[in-house]
Amino acid sequence: MMVLDIKNLSTHYHSRRGTIKAVDRVSLKIEEKEFVGIVGESGCGKSTLAFSIMRLISPPGEIVEGEILFRGRDLLKLSEEEMRRVRGKEIGMVFQDPMTSLDPLEKIGDQIIETIQMHEEVDKRSALEKAEELLESVGLPRNRVNYYPHQLSGGQRQRVMIALAIALNPTLLIADEPTTALDVIVQEKIMNILKGMTSEGRSIILITHDFSLASEKSDRIVIMYAGWIVEMGESSKLVNEPLHPYTKGLLDSVPDLWLDRKIKTMPGLPPDLVNPPRGCKFHPRCPKAMDVCKEREPTDATVNGRFVKCWLYEV
Amino acid sequence: MEILRVENLKKYFPVQKSFIEVLLSKELKFIKAVDGVSFGVKKGEILSLVGESGCGKTTVGRLITGLEEPTDGKIYFKGEDVSKLPKDRRKEIYRSIQIIFQDPYASLNPRMKIGEHITDPLLIHDIADNDTARKMAIEMLERVGLVPGEQFFNRLPYQLSGGQRQRVAIARAMVLNPEFIVADEAVSMIDVSLRAAILNLLLSFKEEYNLSMLFITHDLSVAKLVGERIAVMYLGRIVEIGDVDDVIHHPKHPYTAALLSAVPSFDKRDLKVDIRGDVSNPIDLPSGCRYNPRCPFADDKCKESEPELEGDDFHSFACWHPLDIEVE
Repeated sequence: MMVLDIKNLSTHYHSRRGTIKAVDRVSLKIEEKEFVGIVGESGCGKSTLAFSIMRLISPPGEIVEGEILFRGRDLLKLSEEEMRRVRGKEIGMVFQDPMTSLDPLEKIGDQIIETIQMHEEVDKRSALEKAEELLESVGLPRNRVNYYPHQLSGGQRQRVMIALAIALNPTLLIADEPTTALDVIVQEKIMNILKGMTSEGRSIILITHDFSLASEKSDRIVIMYAGWIVEMGESSKLVNEPLHPYTKGLLDSVPDLWLDRKIKTMPGLPPDLVNPPRGCKFHPRCPKAMDVCKEREPTDATVNGRFVKCWLYEV
Repeated sequence: MEILRVENLKKYFPVQKSFIEVLLSKELKFIKAVDGVSFGVKKGEILSLVGESGCGKTTVGRLITGLEEPTDGKIYFKGEDVSKLPKDRRKEIYRSIQIIFQDPYASLNPRMKIGEHITDPLLIHDIADNDTARKMAIEMLERVGLVPGEQFFNRLPYQLSGGQRQRVAIARAMVLNPEFIVADEAVSMIDVSLRAAILNLLLSFKEEYNLSMLFITHDLSVAKLVGERIAVMYLGRIVEIGDVDDVIHHPKHPYTAALLSAVPSFDKRDLKVDIRGDVSNPIDLPSGCRYNPRCPFADDKCKESEPELEGDDFHSFACWHPLDIEVE
């Protein structure tokens, strides 16, 4: 069953220099129990996409067009009150920085209880019981409900964030760089917790700049560049046989522990989004750029079941 | 020939006491950031120093570059004990040892022109007059890929991207013609597609000048790519050190193996080594081997006495129950 169906979504930021098309006509579907990794560099629009799904874009940002169908309902048409009930309850989100997303003056347990009681009619005792179970499910001892955030390490705090995000049993969990500030051993543990959630029926969107991490954990990978989805497909196939030159360039430039190879430098810089290049936004950095790439935007093609936005695959 | 050697290096930071603790005249406690580290770096060699946050790797780099005074232990640069040298000779040595920091947003002065960041060290060390310094700076800017150098010279840091700033930091270190570079997480904050360019730039300098380097990073993939040798730190100590391929394919210390098994890869290996709990408190270190509370192989001996690094230049490790595994 389809959980999320994003159609032609655009989110723009209005700045004095001009309009930044952070998400530029993006379409994306997420199936039930699917683990999808959205990969891209800073400024590619991956976080803006996540915030758009949660409708957490505030001025100068604006969702200018498109539909976000969550189990058939267009989130963009809901009232603010209806959307508030979707957040947390149906779609959960884990943010990058667990330091700033927890209240330093409130005990962990109280923060979870507050979240539960905001959405569900339960007494404090059963909410506390639930909070302890949640902590246990992310590998923390039950007594951590009595701790304050500063008494926990970064990894423990991020686990609390995940416990908070799943407290109301959402169908979809969006994790925006959940382990970027953490060490690899803790990262592996947290990723395994997230991965385990798909078997409980949840769908996960992992937003990350770490291509190898995404390739290891995701069923499907979405590659974003300058507000576009440039390639999207099954994880192992996409890594073994990248179609888009940007995907290929990214793969070749990442050092890998187990692959014996030299890394290749990708030329150029990511584009200025106020003034993106004409035609394909990647063409100034593309080793395979043709004349048409400089003039016209590539259309969306499907090659062997894989989405790719590149003139090389035009029929 | 070894260009740098550190012997039993220690750095303890006192922990601030609360007012009540002062009244009760409680004992002063220390964080043992670096607690007995010894290693050498050969001329023209890159040693990667890896470990998790808080393991003391950055402090080792700061001790070597003279930004911190060691609590104990010796640093020898080209055979000379740095702490015993007169002040002017030390200044000379610290000219030969340069550091590149992690955060290119914090390591440049926002009010100073890009060019002045590079001419300043030349003027401080009396290497050149204003005009020559300017010429050298422009040349160096172009060498690190900031072309035209003339134009970049007059820009301010905010006009540059993170990758370009890191190139400035490299130019600033390289303009003094150093023999030894400490690179502290030099590419950690750089975007993926630009990271390769910065790494390749550093490696090209290494080739060209036969530079020696201590490459500090939390990223084992990067450590493997740049380093000829690798040292793994845990809670202020080196637990394993040696030839990079041998350490990665035949890890002896359970901590090294646990780290290796957690690194994301496009071609992940079937390596499962358990690690328990979280890093111990560096103020109250566990007795015996400081890894024992997390180690799946720990026994009584590990809780009683701390193992020392044993082995040769090719591969040494500090563990009572070393692994015997091969990772293809």
